[in-house]
Amino acid sequence: MIEMAMTFAFACFGLGLLICLWRVMFAPTIPDRILALDTMVVNMIALIVLYGMHHKSGLYFEASMLFAMTGFVSSVAYAKFILRGDIIE
Amino acid sequence: MIADILISVLLVIGGVFGLVGSYGLVKLPDLMTRLHAPTKASTLGVGGVLLASMGYALVNGGGSWHELLITLFLFLTAPITANFIAKAWMARHVTEADLPPTGGERTWATLDLSDLPMQPELTPPPPPGRAT
Repeated sequence: MIEMAMTFAFACFGLGLLICLWRVMFAPTIPDRILALDTMVVNMIALIVLYGMHHKSGLYFEASMLFAMTGFVSSVAYAKFILRGDIIE
Repeated sequence: MIADILISVLLVIGGVFGLVGSYGLVKLPDLMTRLHAPTKASTLGVGGVLLASMGYALVNGGGSWHELLITLFLFLTAPITANFIAKAWMARHVTEADLPPTGGERTWATLDLSDLPMQPELTPPPPPGRAT
């Protein structure tokens, strides 16, 4: 039963990732692109965690943690660059 | 058995919320409404998956509370990112005419593109001597 639920979650987050990719490619405004990239990071974290569950391994925890941190910093840096034309003033 | 059902339910709920969050990114009409979908639904979906992962590790022995760390981090950072994206959108799409006056000399911080540092309006210190 857990395997089936896991497959369902894999499919959901994979589809979400594809939707975000479409939004990154055809975004109406630049902040939309940042938002789509940020959502891609969130979906990716879920996929990494699910992959770790699938392999019954605790190894993927660190990967997802690092992904969350770099994702946050890059989203904020991109938004700040769009906002002011400079990241650290 | 109960743990299995609980973990499966958490996984399914997490998957549905994650999908709804990503779908809202395409469905909703403009950026300020579009911000709601990923920051709320997607974060909740990832939270569900992380809880399921924690439960799964606990059932299989040798579990840990590590996953709560990612959940906490995501719940803390999602509003900050959303705020920055909203500010970036406002800087490009909102003019001063759309906003109420600030009541000061400077305009709103988001629209203020001058390089002057922000200076708070300090009240002058009281003159020395005994207060009357």
